[in-house]
Amino acid sequence: MRHETRRLILLLLPAGIVFAAFFLLPMARLFFIGGSGKTGWAAYAAILTDSLYLDSLFSTLGVAAATTAATLVISGISGVFLQRHKFPGNALLVSMLTFPLAFPGVVIGFMVIMLAGRQGLIGQVTQALTGEKLVFAYTLSGLFMGYVYFSIPRTILTVMAAAEKLDPKLEEAARSLGASPWRVLLDVIIPGLKPAFISAGAICFATAVGAFGTAFTLAARINVLPMVIYTEFTLSANIAMAAALSFVLGIVTWLVLALARTAAGSSVAAAG
Amino acid sequence: MTDTAKPVSISLANCAKTFADGTRALEPLDLAIHAGETVVFLGPSGCGKTTTLRIIAGLEEPDAGGKVLFDGVDVTHLPIEQRNVGMVFQSYALFPNMTVAGNVGYGLRIRKVPEAEIKARVSEMLAMMQITRLADRRIDQLSGGQRQRVALARAIAVRPRALLLDEPLTALDAKLRDTLRLEIDSLLRSLGITAIYVTHDQAEAMALGDRIVVMEHGRVAQIGKPREIYQRPATRFVAEFIGTMNRLTGSVRNGTFTCRAGGVAWAQAPAAATEILFRPEDIRVVESGEATGLSGTVAAAFFLGDRTRLFVDVGEAQPLVIESTARRDFSHGDPVGLAIDPRGLLVL
Repeated sequence: MRHETRRLILLLLPAGIVFAAFFLLPMARLFFIGGSGKTGWAAYAAILTDSLYLDSLFSTLGVAAATTAATLVISGISGVFLQRHKFPGNALLVSMLTFPLAFPGVVIGFMVIMLAGRQGLIGQVTQALTGEKLVFAYTLSGLFMGYVYFSIPRTILTVMAAAEKLDPKLEEAARSLGASPWRVLLDVIIPGLKPAFISAGAICFATAVGAFGTAFTLAARINVLPMVIYTEFTLSANIAMAAALSFVLGIVTWLVLALARTAAGSSVAAAG
Repeated sequence: MTDTAKPVSISLANCAKTFADGTRALEPLDLAIHAGETVVFLGPSGCGKTTTLRIIAGLEEPDAGGKVLFDGVDVTHLPIEQRNVGMVFQSYALFPNMTVAGNVGYGLRIRKVPEAEIKARVSEMLAMMQITRLADRRIDQLSGGQRQRVALARAIAVRPRALLLDEPLTALDAKLRDTLRLEIDSLLRSLGITAIYVTHDQAEAMALGDRIVVMEHGRVAQIGKPREIYQRPATRFVAEFIGTMNRLTGSVRNGTFTCRAGGVAWAQAPAAATEILFRPEDIRVVESGEATGLSGTVAAAFFLGDRTRLFVDVGEAQPLVIESTARRDFSHGDPVGLAIDPRGLLVL
């Protein structure tokens, strides 16, 4: 038994070292730096009392949640469709959908500006139609659009892999019992894809919370936490506040993901 | 409360199926299934039996010109969810996100049956399949036999007009297969439901079918009662697919079929016959001293307890298979005299 335990510890050592070096120690250090500023531990309280910080926290989580929801709907529908219907050009379309994986956030931001910016396509079309130019690239809506765009590839691949494993006989059984296509979707397909939705959604959410490049490109009026942290750190040189915000961002994201996993129950274990 | 809807008669008219890639799964087929009858589709894989079942179920549409009628009403273009047929699959196809009771009650919930009624019907079904104690289990906690019982209960709970079973026992081990086959048989009898059963296992087909439809390469080879199919097979394929068939080659002279091993007296022998077929139970090993004019040597003997299965070399490509109940110890190389009952002889 002792031998067995020693072997386990030995096997866990690499992961333990990495975890300690790149997660535990930095987080602990971050936590203490957060309390080392002029205001001391009040920096943490400021996140809740200062409306600038609190608003940015809420808008960050809001954009991330909206991005996750929209991405799951879009990728769910197209992922299942692409997996089920093989047509000429199917493979090409799938590879094109996964294209944004290669783009840095800056490029995504640039594309959002080209679409919804002051000289963008949507602006030109709406001006021609209504006489009013619709511009939303530089707001949370623009950010949301960019995030959805780069979240789709990861999600769609996960959904397609899961859709391939769905047993078509389950759908046939449901139909034989009288289930309409809509009920089959609700009772068989969505429950079958749930583990994939949760694991893909978690990655999607975490990425959207932490993404910086796109927000930085769209800049101006966008008040999300990574931007605030950047401003505090570089412009205001308020390192303690930046650290406190980073720490809270990490903890909140971890908390949301942990909650999602608990709510999903044992199905997550299957998703890996 | 009746246990099922009034059983339906099903007929197929000119039903063929060609898949998108051009493969012909089913040649045009006409078939009438009586109300309350159990019909078994039997054949090797790829013979079209499952395709036929799926056309009846409404999971596939026949090629243009084909028709499916339930009690004379054309349902060809009616999707499965509107046909009210129960289905049981080889892979069970139970919903993993629901409990046993949830699975069994699913069709009733779809039909918006009041909750109290669903509960009563579900416990009635569980009791009938003897799985009441499993009601709250998750599907992944069940054995294969239990899963198939749940699947049967789920299919019957909605009182379907017909029950369609696609190789329901194939995934189970031999012993369980026998038990469940008996249960399915008594279930079908007691429900009086029209049932269509697909299998590649001839023992299952013989045990369950009122009639058997033997299929080969997308065509019907023979339709008949189990006894007819076994005793009077219409083609060589049917003769060899069902049960064991012995074969002797030779020619007919003066009411005797002569082969390498000797002669078989057969008054009604067709003059042109060059090959005769018969079942193992129509040939026996005679006591030494009794002359029959037919003999061979034992190639292998397997003592099975109640009988001995003998493989007897008679100079043909295949040895004869004989089931002997004689209290005698056979060993390799023993010469044996043989007698064939001419009533069991076939020429195809």
